[in-house]
Amino acid sequence: MKWLNIDKSDRLLLIVFVLAVLLGPVIMTPIGGGYPDLLQKFAIFGVFAIGFNILFGLTGYLSFGHAAFLGIGSYTAVWAFKLLTMNVVPAIILATVMGGVFALAIGFVALRRSGIYFSILTLAFAQMSYNLAYSVLTPITNGETGLQLRQHDARVIDGLFGVERTDALPTTELFGLSMSGWSGYYVCGVVLIITFFISLRIFRSPFGMMLRAIKSNQNRLSYTGVNTRPYTLAAFVISGMIAGLAGGLMAATDPLAGAERMQWTASGEIVLMTILGGAGTLVGPVIGAGVIKYFENIFSAFNHDILLNVFSFLPEALQQAAATFFGLFVGEGWHLTLGALFMLIVIFLPGGLMEGVNRILNMIRRRSSSSGPPAPAPAADASVKAGE
Amino acid sequence: MSILSVKNVNKRFAGLQALDEVNIEVEAGIVHAIIGPNGAGKSTLLNCFVGRLMPDTGSVTFNGISLLGKSPHEINQAGVSRVFQTPEIFGDLNLLENVMIPTFARRDGAFKINAWSAVSDENDIEAQALSSLEDVGLIDSARVTASQLSRGDKRRLELAMCLVQQPKLLLLDEPTAGMARADTNNTIDLLKTIAEKDITMIIIEHDMHVVFSLAERISVLAQGTVIVEGLPDEIKGHPKVQEAYLGGAKL
Amino acid sequence: MDALVLQILNGLDKGAAYALIALGLTLVFGTLGVVNFAHGALFMLGAFCAVSVKALLTLEHVALDPEKLTAWGTPMEIRTPYIESWFGDFGATLIDYSVPVSILLAIPVMLILGIIMERGLIRHFYKRPHADQILVTFGLAIVVQEIVKAQFGANPIPQPAPDIFAGSADIGLLIGFAENAIVYPWWRIIYLIFSAAILGAVFAFLKYTTFGMVVRAGMADRETVGLLGIDIDRRFTIVFGLATVVAGVAGVMYTPILSPDYHMGMDFLVLSFVVVVVGGMGSLGGAVAAGFLLGILQSFASMNEVNSILPGIDQIIIYLIAVVVLLVRPRGLMGRKGVMED
Repeated sequence: MKWLNIDKSDRLLLIVFVLAVLLGPVIMTPIGGGYPDLLQKFAIFGVFAIGFNILFGLTGYLSFGHAAFLGIGSYTAVWAFKLLTMNVVPAIILATVMGGVFALAIGFVALRRSGIYFSILTLAFAQMSYNLAYSVLTPITNGETGLQLRQHDARVIDGLFGVERTDALPTTELFGLSMSGWSGYYVCGVVLIITFFISLRIFRSPFGMMLRAIKSNQNRLSYTGVNTRPYTLAAFVISGMIAGLAGGLMAATDPLAGAERMQWTASGEIVLMTILGGAGTLVGPVIGAGVIKYFENIFSAFNHDILLNVFSFLPEALQQAAATFFGLFVGEGWHLTLGALFMLIVIFLPGGLMEGVNRILNMIRRRSSSSGPPAPAPAADASVKAGE
Repeated sequence: MSILSVKNVNKRFAGLQALDEVNIEVEAGIVHAIIGPNGAGKSTLLNCFVGRLMPDTGSVTFNGISLLGKSPHEINQAGVSRVFQTPEIFGDLNLLENVMIPTFARRDGAFKINAWSAVSDENDIEAQALSSLEDVGLIDSARVTASQLSRGDKRRLELAMCLVQQPKLLLLDEPTAGMARADTNNTIDLLKTIAEKDITMIIIEHDMHVVFSLAERISVLAQGTVIVEGLPDEIKGHPKVQEAYLGGAKL
Repeated sequence: MDALVLQILNGLDKGAAYALIALGLTLVFGTLGVVNFAHGALFMLGAFCAVSVKALLTLEHVALDPEKLTAWGTPMEIRTPYIESWFGDFGATLIDYSVPVSILLAIPVMLILGIIMERGLIRHFYKRPHADQILVTFGLAIVVQEIVKAQFGANPIPQPAPDIFAGSADIGLLIGFAENAIVYPWWRIIYLIFSAAILGAVFAFLKYTTFGMVVRAGMADRETVGLLGIDIDRRFTIVFGLATVVAGVAGVMYTPILSPDYHMGMDFLVLSFVVVVVGGMGSLGGAVAAGFLLGILQSFASMNEVNSILPGIDQIIIYLIAVVVLLVRPRGLMGRKGVMED
């Protein structure tokens, strides 16, 4: 009997993944990323990227409006905090459901087309949501200010259980466990592990195989007796639900929601995370999300003085020039780095970091096999399997 | 008994009568070739069989059910498989996966979210797929990515994908187009073994070598109508056919 | 009635900008087969050509005038643009006309940029999937936009129209309405005339020159034209350069209507894509017609009367139309049947 219906090699992968999440603080501290806010972001965007990858990585349908589902998830969660309870469980469940409902409606229309038309349709829907959230939907979204908690919010369920109202704004919690700090990270981490497990199951299932077949040759698939529309719709809805879940988590760790979360630049960011790590691979998108959030954190903190320090080994004139040049890419200029990175990855490494890792592993293997008996490399095999 | 019956089919494209009162009855269990010079309407006719085109008038029935207005996957689920002029395969997947997909489609129908079971546990499906690969002689490359195959092997793979579904009717659109002579002959041999399995085949073809090696009955299409239909011997040297090919080589 | 005419006029200038951008987009997509998400950034770069020219023309030198004193008792600083002290009144006129003058700079700059972009980047993506084209040009758009932001800041930089076009024309009088019923800024009239001229020039170029004929043939059937042994590569570069220039000058001339900022390119790009889709991918006439149509519809949707019935409709009308068109008539208003409908 297989444990959780998982193959042996995948089991190793899953164990490594779980360990990496649990030991996140230990791993990240030496490289200056060991604080809870950042790790929470890793986990949340990891969830989001996994969801996006189920659509884009498997079916090849490039959605340019996925941030809309994230935003919808956040709004839903904040409303759940306002109306029901500060416990995050209902908020996260409702966020996931709402993400799914909107994905069903939008996907039903957008999936009638494929290729760039699909991209443009999803972009159009996301922009519509964004514009509406800023204008007429202000009673629900609180417009430009963003939706926030208030002291006098209803919180019906909390009221039933006799949770005391204090003068301070209430904070989000999971049955007493605070959602900020390290406990918050571990709640997100557990969600990340569950999402990863779901993604693993889908990748290895006949359903996932059909989705990959859609990416490879949709025409052949329909002449093979498969109705492709419901498959793509299912992938779209799953992916929308996971985006909603990520939005819910975002609100759970920091209970506010704003329309800018739905803007198309946010959609672009999730695309970048996925392709940076490697679209269509299991762990790639999570790594992509981590790398981008990590460097965003580091780069944004840089300023001219720090750069001058970094280049202090250069002669003064060069030091100024170098600091000015790199100053373009850090701090406020982080988006420039992001755009440049985007181009570099698409041009030189369309398979993302996972492809890069595989290339290097293959090179090593070829070298070792030509210069002696092949070296046993079980760990490498596991990661290759993950990246296939 | 006829398995596919085409009655009074007409199709017009902006001023051009592509199909003009086409009538064809395809008997079950035989290889039926539809031949004709370029532009005779062969591909248009085929597209009417598989749901890609809708004839203006007329009917196409398969085993007593109408195929008109049905989508490609419904027609396939009814038991009609199709081979394309340029082999259509899943280039990014390996050969085994290529053949497993149609096997799943036959077992699970047009749509089923089968997300909990693992592909590696589907031993039945895998066995069927492997045996189908064996039938076409590709078993050794089961783990090779399909896009790396030669054109002839891609055609074999496509045939394996069709055969694993045990179709009642197999449509072949110029199955040897663009192939070298050796590949063509291999494909003919393969098709002959398939024909012995009691699968009805319709071949659209203009290579006469292929047609006369395989066909048990032939319809000749010219300018959108069937001008002659009969046994291969009756078609060979038929004056109307030669006229249609306009001074072409003796058949 | 006068309100309706006014809304049509208001929609026209926005529509003209959409049409000019969409024309380039569809030209590039039709001939090169490339989906260029950086096309909006080119429009924005054009606008910033105008900003740069204005900044250059108004470089000042400072002199102290001991005769006059400020309120604080210090000598008054007199700032004179160099160009005025060198050329006198002509210099002042030049500054006043900085927007149209910018076109002289924008044409070569945009052409060179377009050629570099096509040769250096786009060319290598002809054979790549559309998704890759979208992604790489999207990345480029971000890069361009961020560089502009670093250079010019995040705030819009107003560019005044030349003085004589600063006011408004009372168009209503001409066509029999009451006085001041329909007033329309002179510069927008200029912009419309300018757009019409550009559109006419591009269409004439495509229709009456051999080069244009080849381009149109290429849009209809790329592969065949390639087989004819025509040097497609060089023509592709020129087509791309042309599209770049059109987007650039459209951006220059639009600056008095909308103060340029670094993200105006993306705002217009998303809408222009919608315009291309509505008009029909690969149809030049469709792109232009849809550009004006959507501009006018958007203008109608923002009328108070409409907004009170359908709140928020002005925000989403264009997207809504795109969705409906893609679902009901995927080839777009003027697209040919079967062309790029998937």
